[in-house]
Amino acid sequence: MNNTRVWQKLRPYALVLPAMIGILLFVVYPILYLVKLSMFKYNLLNKDKSKFIGADNYTEIFSRGDFYNALLTTVLYTVGVVVITMALSLFIALWLNQNTRFNALVQAGIFTPHIISIVSIALVWMWLMEPNYGLLNFALKAVGLPALPWLQSSSTSLLSIIIVSVWQNVGYYSLLIVAALKNIPQTIYEAAALDNASKFKVFYKITLPMISPQLFFILVIMTIGSFKVFDTVKIMTGGGPNGSTTTLVYYIYEFRTTSIGYASATGVVLMAIITVLTFIYFRLLSNKVHYQ
Amino acid sequence: MQLQKEGKKQSGGGPELSIDSVTRTGSKPKIASVRKTWSMFWKAVVLMGFIFPFLWMISTSLQTFEETMKFPPTWIPASLQWSNFVEAMSSGPFLTYFKNSVIVTTSIILIQLAVMIPAAYAFAQYKFFGNKILFGMVLLAFMIPGQVTFIPVYLMLADAGMIKSLWPQILPFMSNAFGIFLLRQYFMQIPQEIVESARLDNASEFKIIWKIMIPMSMPAISTVALFSFVSHWNDYFWPLVMTDSEAVRPLTMGIAMLRETEGISNWHIIMAGNVVLVVPILIVYLFASRQIVKAFVYSGIK
Repeated sequence: MNNTRVWQKLRPYALVLPAMIGILLFVVYPILYLVKLSMFKYNLLNKDKSKFIGADNYTEIFSRGDFYNALLTTVLYTVGVVVITMALSLFIALWLNQNTRFNALVQAGIFTPHIISIVSIALVWMWLMEPNYGLLNFALKAVGLPALPWLQSSSTSLLSIIIVSVWQNVGYYSLLIVAALKNIPQTIYEAAALDNASKFKVFYKITLPMISPQLFFILVIMTIGSFKVFDTVKIMTGGGPNGSTTTLVYYIYEFRTTSIGYASATGVVLMAIITVLTFIYFRLLSNKVHYQ
Repeated sequence: MQLQKEGKKQSGGGPELSIDSVTRTGSKPKIASVRKTWSMFWKAVVLMGFIFPFLWMISTSLQTFEETMKFPPTWIPASLQWSNFVEAMSSGPFLTYFKNSVIVTTSIILIQLAVMIPAAYAFAQYKFFGNKILFGMVLLAFMIPGQVTFIPVYLMLADAGMIKSLWPQILPFMSNAFGIFLLRQYFMQIPQEIVESARLDNASEFKIIWKIMIPMSMPAISTVALFSFVSHWNDYFWPLVMTDSEAVRPLTMGIAMLRETEGISNWHIIMAGNVVLVVPILIVYLFASRQIVKAFVYSGIK
């Protein structure tokens, strides 16, 4: 009898144990390990020669121009991706909101890139953006516009990467917004129609506030997702030209073998940024967001 | 532009008001139908903007090198160059890459299901000491991306002597925090009376999970599995930082490396490799797009 009581007490722990082992081993412990590494001058070949240097890696980070460059690039990328994707997906969602077969088809089509590997997408777009034989420049020339260097010039490379990311994800976010729009009770619109509210007013006073929780959620996942951008940069530009697309994660990646301590310290900074972003969002926006 | 057009069409009604009813009740039915055609035209243009790059990829994969270097471009190759595929696939051990992708992806899904279903059940069913802290850890795992933890995880697994195996691509994903979160929500919606009456019948907890929870939450479980499949089959970052030999690399890395092995300007070969990577998923999507779209929306709004 006593044994069953004990087992009943222990059962929940037994059930969550495997999951917790995974999280402890691959999230919690690595975080602590990362913080520890960030305070060392780590020697990959001979660990005993690793030296504790306290906050030196951090001092180095904040005194190096290339770190600020990577941070600025990441911020510009994030702002670009978030603003453009948000605007476009809201627009597309409103445009394709009606329940017709054709709209469903268009939605499914726009969504397609989201389930394709970023490797393929990056390669296809590199080919489209090829300066001499690429289709995009062909199209530009066909309508009488000058060809662009796309990935080959530091003035257009970041924008090119942003375009690819927007293209890949806009379909997913517009689907989420369409789903949110469908949840708005029709009676509210009917009331607004009785009051002869203008289209703009209906959008601004009803639609937008009603879908704000979902928009807020999208904003959070988009920002954090953009902050860890890496794949497109690695495949399409290798951080160049001239560091114009070296984002934070790519920066960390570059140092991962040559200078583990320094890369780890940058990783801690990235983690701090992601944490702070999450908290700021929840503090600032939770007051303004309308929850049903 | 389009927004305004749509707006005018629907003036006075909610967004659900169909174009047909406007055509019927509107004072200028002809204009309405012109607008409808116009709107459909633009929708088709936008749709093309998302489908065309894939068609272009397929077209290029069947062209000769000379055709790819023509200006204006060759839309449809004069004769289909299937040899491009042979060349792409013989530039590296693609059979191994493919096998690795299959093994890694299936193992991840199976392990994740075995780990996450009991955990989600415990979080949904029991109040136990420390459950909030433990669930907080799940949320932490949800928040911290692999891009932050990859250096220590690599060192850890290298110390354990695993780098030459497929484990570094599988083990770190054993706990799917997002899946635990989603399944817990779903389990909590299952009426408690069903669980209680099963307990009165002396059903074991294992039986409750196996016979009640899993069958009743199939939509959520398949969503999580599908999600896992797509993201790990497509993953590039993690295998890139976890592997240092061809023998353990997945398909995505093999394709990405085509640029190095085949030369940067051999786009016909690169696109042929790309077709091999993309087409299986595209075919699945073609037949199950409704379910896939539903699953993604479901995971996004929960």
